[in-house]
Amino acid sequence: MNTPAPTRPTAPSAGPADAPAATGTEAHAAPAVEVRGVIRRFSSRSGEVVALSDVDLTVRAGEFVSLIGPSGCGKSTLLRLIADLDEPTAGELAVFGRPPRVARQNHDFGIAFQQAGLLPWRSVRTNVELPLELHGAGRAARRARATELLEMVGLADFAQHLPHQLSGGMQQRVAIARALAERPSLLLMDEPFGALDEMTREHVQTELLRLRAETGAAVVFVTHSIPEAVYLSDRVVVMSARPGQVREVVPVGLGAARDRSDDVREDNAFFDRVRAVREALHGTDGTAPRGVDRR
Amino acid sequence: MRRQVLLGVAGVVALGLAWEGYKLLAPDDGVVVGELTVLPRTTDVAMPHLWDMAARALEPVNSATDALPLWVAVLVAAAFTLGVAAVGWVVGVVVGLATATVMQRFRTAESALLPWVVLSQTVPLIALAPLVRRWGSQLEIGAFDWRDWMSVAVIAAYLAFFPVSIGALRGLSSPDAVHLDLMRSYGVGWWRTYRSLRLPAAVPHLIPALRLAAANAVIGTVVAEVSIGLRGGIGRMIVEFGASASADPAKQWSPIFGAVLVGLVAAGVCVLIARALARYRVSEVS
Repeated sequence: MNTPAPTRPTAPSAGPADAPAATGTEAHAAPAVEVRGVIRRFSSRSGEVVALSDVDLTVRAGEFVSLIGPSGCGKSTLLRLIADLDEPTAGELAVFGRPPRVARQNHDFGIAFQQAGLLPWRSVRTNVELPLELHGAGRAARRARATELLEMVGLADFAQHLPHQLSGGMQQRVAIARALAERPSLLLMDEPFGALDEMTREHVQTELLRLRAETGAAVVFVTHSIPEAVYLSDRVVVMSARPGQVREVVPVGLGAARDRSDDVREDNAFFDRVRAVREALHGTDGTAPRGVDRR
Repeated sequence: MRRQVLLGVAGVVALGLAWEGYKLLAPDDGVVVGELTVLPRTTDVAMPHLWDMAARALEPVNSATDALPLWVAVLVAAAFTLGVAAVGWVVGVVVGLATATVMQRFRTAESALLPWVVLSQTVPLIALAPLVRRWGSQLEIGAFDWRDWMSVAVIAAYLAFFPVSIGALRGLSSPDAVHLDLMRSYGVGWWRTYRSLRLPAAVPHLIPALRLAAANAVIGTVVAEVSIGLRGGIGRMIVEFGASASADPAKQWSPIFGAVLVGLVAAGVCVLIARALARYRVSEVS
């Protein structure tokens, strides 16, 4: 691969952009994400909906954890709670040992959604620069970092394009580059490849593995796809719906992310883990939960 | 582009042909059904020939020895009106954006302000103009002296702010949830979100609002010139020349064309603004 080795803050960056990296050492002592007894209820006109009921979860620093489950199992809700885009009804969350709100204000995590969510009036480059710009990084530092990231995701030639000139897969790669802009130690991803076709999807999955190996960031990854979860993760958290709960945690262990390649998808160990996750999803009653995509 | 120009010219020519054709074919007293005149008279007083209008425009305004040619006088008046309308437009756009911003920022402000914004446009302009003038003339701030043209500009602004505030309110509320989530995840406050997300996202809603505001500002200026009695502008000129229409029927048409010109220039400026902001008008990403 033609990507340069990941460079920790050697770029002429200064100021807040460096903050997450600077806190890295201290942060690695605490787990990336700690969820204890979290409950989230939504009240609507038709009554109360329990989206999450007593959820516990620990994501170690540098670990890749997928959340999988049928629609309505609260996996996206859980991710939003970690990102402090929503607040739990009860229970506690910590990101690197700190409340999510503090982690958010410290820019401890990067985030990517199902929609790429690029600002349509900004070029690819300035979209990647957005978080750096908002947090007051200098122009030179922003440019250097954006160039580095666009090379990393293989879009250096498209820096001046506008988002609508890019395909969905390319837009999503820009969104991932943007999420990595501030060298977060944690990446939160909510079905980022959900809208992509199968071939593009496999391609960006492999790319994500490589990026993750290069950055050493922990990842919490929400998905509908069992093979995707197995291929990417160190552990797969299987959730069930109504109420949203953690049903089982399936360890994957297909080797270090940097050694994993497309060949793994045809490996027996891979199929074995896919089966394990599927069985966990089906549960003891043997019926397939709706909304899970078994591709 | 060339096609558009040709079509535009063809439209103007067709209008001229319709005017002269009607004048040629219809009876002098117009088309009368029973006691009612349903189509206008075609006498030279009511409908002068286009070439008479053009010839009159080249002659001096009046019999005074130092009188300017009529078309020059009309251009000067049109420039004056355009200037006042531009001031009114700018003030209206600023006030409209400000009210929209306050309404977007504070929910209670929206429910408190929006009905008044809508209600404000139901007050008849003719009733308002003399009031504004009277209030203005009582204003004394140091050396600052309130002028009548400022009253006209205030009325133009009063008409211009309405579409801007409504359009901007919609535009400022238009960003996708995913973009708002993103800004929140960056931990940036309201002001940065406003500048980096809400304002640029509002542009597609703002462009038509700015156009409407420009049209409103021009109409407001012309009408307010008449009802306040401000000299120097095209509105007053139309009324003045109209008074002598029976003696000199072609004369009043020059300032009417002048008013059309003011409207065209205002619309042209809006096209240029839209072009400058083209980047913000690209369709949303899928």
